[in-house]
Amino acid sequence: MDVKKGSKMFISNSDTQKKEMLAALNCKNISDLINSAAPGLPPVKFSLPPAMTEVELSAHVKTLAAKNKKVLNFCGAGAYEHFIPAAVNSISSRGEFLTAYTPYQAEASQGTLQAIYEYQSCVCALFDMDISNASHYDGATALAEAVIAAVKIKNKNTVLIPAALHPHYKETLNTYYKYAGVKFEEISCASGGMDIADLKNKLKGDAAAVVLANPNFYGVIEDVDAISAAVKEAGALLIAAVNPLSLGALRTPGSYGADFAVGEGQPLGNALNFGGPYLGIFTCKKEFVRSLPGRVVGIAKDKDGGRAYVLTLQAREQHIRRERSASNICSNQALCALNAAVYLTLLGPKGLEEVCALNLENADYLKEKISKLKGFKIKYGREFFNEFVIECPKPAAEIIKNMTAKNIAAGFDLGGKDLLVCATETKTKTEIDAFAAALGGN
Amino acid sequence: MEFNKLSIEKSVSGKRGIKFPSAQKASKYLKTSSLRQKTPNLPQMSEFDVIRHFTNLSRLNYSLDTHFYPLGSCTMKYNPRAYEALAGLDNFTAAHPFADASFAQGTLEVMYNLERTLSELCGFEEFTLQPAAGAHGEWTGVLIAKAFHADNKDAARTEVIVPDTAHGTNPATANMGGLNVINIKSGADGCVDLEELKKSLGPKTALVMLTVPNTAGLFEKNIKKIAEAVHAAGALLYMDGANFNALIGLAKPGEWGVDILHLNLHKTFSTPHGGGGPGAGVVGASKNLAKFLPGPKVVKDGKNFKFEYDKNSIGRVKAFYGNAAVLLKAYCYVRQHDADTFKEIAENAVLNANYIKEKLKEIFPAYFDGTCMHECVLTIDKEKLRGVRTLDIAKRLLDYGFYAPTIYFPLIVPEAMMIEPTETESKDVLDKFTEAMKQIFMEALQTPALPADAPQRSPVRRIDEVSAAREPNLRW
Repeated sequence: MDVKKGSKMFISNSDTQKKEMLAALNCKNISDLINSAAPGLPPVKFSLPPAMTEVELSAHVKTLAAKNKKVLNFCGAGAYEHFIPAAVNSISSRGEFLTAYTPYQAEASQGTLQAIYEYQSCVCALFDMDISNASHYDGATALAEAVIAAVKIKNKNTVLIPAALHPHYKETLNTYYKYAGVKFEEISCASGGMDIADLKNKLKGDAAAVVLANPNFYGVIEDVDAISAAVKEAGALLIAAVNPLSLGALRTPGSYGADFAVGEGQPLGNALNFGGPYLGIFTCKKEFVRSLPGRVVGIAKDKDGGRAYVLTLQAREQHIRRERSASNICSNQALCALNAAVYLTLLGPKGLEEVCALNLENADYLKEKISKLKGFKIKYGREFFNEFVIECPKPAAEIIKNMTAKNIAAGFDLGGKDLLVCATETKTKTEIDAFAAALGGN
Repeated sequence: MEFNKLSIEKSVSGKRGIKFPSAQKASKYLKTSSLRQKTPNLPQMSEFDVIRHFTNLSRLNYSLDTHFYPLGSCTMKYNPRAYEALAGLDNFTAAHPFADASFAQGTLEVMYNLERTLSELCGFEEFTLQPAAGAHGEWTGVLIAKAFHADNKDAARTEVIVPDTAHGTNPATANMGGLNVINIKSGADGCVDLEELKKSLGPKTALVMLTVPNTAGLFEKNIKKIAEAVHAAGALLYMDGANFNALIGLAKPGEWGVDILHLNLHKTFSTPHGGGGPGAGVVGASKNLAKFLPGPKVVKDGKNFKFEYDKNSIGRVKAFYGNAAVLLKAYCYVRQHDADTFKEIAENAVLNANYIKEKLKEIFPAYFDGTCMHECVLTIDKEKLRGVRTLDIAKRLLDYGFYAPTIYFPLIVPEAMMIEPTETESKDVLDKFTEAMKQIFMEALQTPALPADAPQRSPVRRIDEVSAAREPNLRW
């Protein structure tokens, strides 16, 4: 085998070892072996740039990183800038977690398995729900899976969603159900929260489930009890889609009787990373355990009667049931779930209460500041957690563009003059003042 | 026992691992009916407690960094550390997905160039980087096939043909797409029986899903003829690229007539598996299908990069744009290779797998004849070893300090052991592994109670999985 320029460092055999192995296989050279394994492969040509050494790669990628701009960020909209304690990455970057795979051999994967069990337990405690799976791809796909489960359980095809549901979640639902005959009807959120009269009216149809986003995409904290009561009365299932971090302060899905509760787990110790990887939190009531998609870890006993952790209830899953499985999902976002577990363990009930209070305080301070700006209005007089809608004196797109020139991410453009702004615990009063001042200059 | 005590069992009231700057209580801002009523039962631990707890947990794992991990079809290859460091740069991790494109030009450039490289490597028109995992990529592929047939006003195509060697995700995905799964039997050589396939193909066939090389570790010799037959029937050919490590740099599946292909970046492209995720299940499409790929995609506009949405797109398959940090690591990997070194990956993966197969042929024979590709599927010779199960062999390997192969898969192979060493392991490791297999074989012959009782040296003994499922305990 020729020694070629480029990256040989990830091939561990020396040329001598390769020769010895080829000899053991009675092959003259590697081409013989490949021809024997894959006879008749046509020759291929590639047009690719030269390979880089680590030295070159490192310089190259740092140049690319420099093309991303560090900005003052007041944008949330489903992905939030939060403080991540150093201990989180310190744990999840350990090779024993990072480079393990799906814990198929439980006896050799107790670390990952116990961590997932703890993740499931922390999530159940936070959500006040009976059961959590080992995590899903992200919030949007977790919601899509909950809808699948609800439609199957109820054997009905209509699902009601709030107008103020994250637009990417709506798009994902549409993609998932384009050909499946599921019909989504939107409940008006004209005054910020779900319009209860509209909900009740649409529940007169034959809805399998209602999706309740709390806070909703406008940041509004919903009247969960009124919504839940209406859904229960109509006999539909209630699917809550929540911001998990907000549950340190807000009502839990369990407390208002959600049948399924999902959420984007990113705020729990996972960096923004331009949209991923994140994790989808998926929880349900005990009675729906057989509808749970994906992996779940349980406690078992080993041969000596000692405690052990293991993937369980696998009879639902694709590798056993194939075309009759609850879902096609195979993986979970294990490392992101580990981040969430470490984050929640570090915070504990006290830290969680504090970080939520700080989100509320900073967002409230931002609201106070903006409400004093000439031409700006707070759109809905509703309670919020860390983001809310403002009505600007000119189109939101224009505001965002002007702020971009000042290296500020102003928020999410809701169309027209409506702008969704967010302040988490990472913002100082000085930064909020500076943001408001820049906004006022519009 | 102390070592597997839960965090909640180590919790001491009043402890905490972090303190935030002080703020007014939540009740100042929210009315009572909006407020959480009871305190969540989360652990109360100091930061040091938390670090020690999870560090000790990590030590209970076998991982690629610490052990040989010959898990077939999972491509457990070394994860270069430079990529972790580079993907961890602040400017990447802090990028908000809704930030103005001008704030994220570096990330967009990475995505654009990764997409171009994957298309070139596989011979496709275009890739989507959006799907989060292999099964998610398959789902995307099924939706593309549905969109294609819908576009042709061909509503009769409701069947997906899947060989009996397929990963479980293939039939599960087809079912999720509301399609009927037609399973076809493989030939005695482990490959698709072309005549069987032709019998099943027809005006109802929407898609044929094949894994290449297949899960027996064998190349589908007839792949071009298969593609011709599929297309002649008006259907599309989907390739599950979970095993692409055997082909990288050697072949362009797009040139064989494959219409849709998913790749697992966490396999062939060296991004870490993380204990089960996150990964990335990118999907390539041929020229006539590229317009259906999920949106939005990154395009180059002069010197700058931006998102664009094709009106024919099937839409989003998740929020935002894919697992950007995973994509960045895969980008690093492709930039460290050229045409020659990509080919070396496949060559060495094939060499290592065949070497294991050869070394073990007297004791654990390969189920199928012929040279394998990147993995070999072995079985137990019932004449030589009576009453010994693959499960026992696998558990005993743990005692010898090796992770186990994939076992009992593919389903058509009795007592299957699917071994994938990957190119990043060396002969000395493979020799130690085959030596351990020989010793286990002798144990199974002479003292069968030993493997049957394994593992004995792992943190816990063999686990009773059945009772765990009967009375599920899924949380504290």
